[in-house]
Amino acid sequence: MSSSDIRTVELNMGPQHPSTHGVLRLILKLNGEKIENISPRVGYLHRGLEKLAENMTYQQFTPITDRLDYVYSMNNNFAYASSVEKLLGVTDQIPERAQYIRVMVAELDRIANHLVWLATHALDIGAMTPYFYCMRERELILDMFEEICGARLLYNYVRIGGVAKDITPRFMDMLKEFVKIFPEKWKEYDTLLTKNRIWMKRTKDVAVISTEDAINWGLSGPSLRGSNMEWDLRKKKPYSVYPELDFDIPYYPEGDVYARYLVRMNEMLQSNRILEQCIEKTPEGPYMMDDFKKVTKPIKPPAGEAYGYNEVPGGELGFYVVSEGKNKPYRMKIRAPSFLHAYAIPYAAKGYLISDVVAVIGSFDVVFGECDR
Amino acid sequence: MLDEKIINSLKERFEDSILDVGASSGDSIVTVELSSLHDVLLFLHSEFAFDYLLFITALDYPKREGKRFDVVYQLRTTSTFDEIRIKASVAEGEEVESVTDIWVSAIGDECETYDMFGIWFKNHKGPGGEGLRRALMPDDWVGHPLRKEYPLKGDDFADKWTEKYLPEGQRHQIEHTRMP
Repeated sequence: MSSSDIRTVELNMGPQHPSTHGVLRLILKLNGEKIENISPRVGYLHRGLEKLAENMTYQQFTPITDRLDYVYSMNNNFAYASSVEKLLGVTDQIPERAQYIRVMVAELDRIANHLVWLATHALDIGAMTPYFYCMRERELILDMFEEICGARLLYNYVRIGGVAKDITPRFMDMLKEFVKIFPEKWKEYDTLLTKNRIWMKRTKDVAVISTEDAINWGLSGPSLRGSNMEWDLRKKKPYSVYPELDFDIPYYPEGDVYARYLVRMNEMLQSNRILEQCIEKTPEGPYMMDDFKKVTKPIKPPAGEAYGYNEVPGGELGFYVVSEGKNKPYRMKIRAPSFLHAYAIPYAAKGYLISDVVAVIGSFDVVFGECDR
Repeated sequence: MLDEKIINSLKERFEDSILDVGASSGDSIVTVELSSLHDVLLFLHSEFAFDYLLFITALDYPKREGKRFDVVYQLRTTSTFDEIRIKASVAEGEEVESVTDIWVSAIGDECETYDMFGIWFKNHKGPGGEGLRRALMPDDWVGHPLRKEYPLKGDDFADKWTEKYLPEGQRHQIEHTRMP
């Protein structure tokens, strides 16, 4: 067969595909096994959250933010609360205990998210065993969340002005136990995959992204740190009590799927380090703003706008809130990292093999509750 | 707050096209003329290394005198972490010059802004040269959901909206969505 006989084949992948963690449709243009172009179609989980926000009070929207990326709901609550606090101008009035509780639950949720990510990413590529190990430790974290807010998913715990409830002594005991055992458990996942030859063959030198491209494509979070970019909003644009905590930003220069895997693996250990310090440093005191009427009554921020953002496990989650001085936001734009990552898939996977698409989707940690809003 | 130097050189370079320089909650906001929007963004990208596009969106002010929409661009430098927000007013039916030639990350956001507000971006280039299309709603959807007049729920609201905003020829397209 001469080369002129080779024709481009169009292949439809999804919307129902096990590796898409939700519903993503990719229209692949293939030359043999090589990918020539991908056209991503998102929106299958669109629930109109931004429209809903315009018809709700500020407090009513907090539980809706849980439904963005349901794997790290605590971080979503936290990001939303800090955006509204920025708009209200009360960022410096949040008591220190509330700040520490927020950081604790956010970091616990970061570990939980990375565990789910590792489990499913490995499962997509074909390694089944890590799934059972990861879910085992995630269970411990969910138990802790159940202890403080009664829910194991969709917590609605971090509120505007503080947190919903104080943490209990039992929670602290569970947390102490968890940070003690977690590094040991982490080694188990590490031995399963990091030096595994099959794993390395599937992930090394796959979807290599240069630093310039990563910035230009709007990648953020661990996906950007895998491309030799030391970028973490917790360090570079410090918020809450992160400046008082000591931790490193893991980043790798290779820019391939394996580098993004290493970033997330090491982030789990860094989160564990933060938790260790939080146990020591959490002060006594109120868990809600002293002037709590400011945030429990219907909020009416002065006319203006604010863009608040947090480093969530998936990347940079931001809320662009526009107020007209009423008790409902005039416009709420959610800057979802998954949305930008989904649109970066065609560029990252171009020129690689069809079997690598699954690895690319996994390495960006795209979750469609957040992408489609 | 943003460096004075950036504002000054913007004013020097684009003179009358810079309509307003302001701030809200500590974020710098620069309002520009729509005709020079693309040039301003390109200038910021090349001269001041605003190399990270955070988001593109629009704001709808149906009751405002003059142009109805504002398009909003939030930029950041990856070296110093400065941020700037650029706004430009767009009238109904007016086209905005696409910035996909500067940032690839604009592809998704431009599709979404078109989908939600009906603002057309010209010279938009998606992966493999694809044009602008709806991002979140189905391709055959009628209307642009984030416009203020778009109904949130209920057949009564929807009927009123249909009568007022949908052309006669398009009404049959949403008949099947009606609850029995």
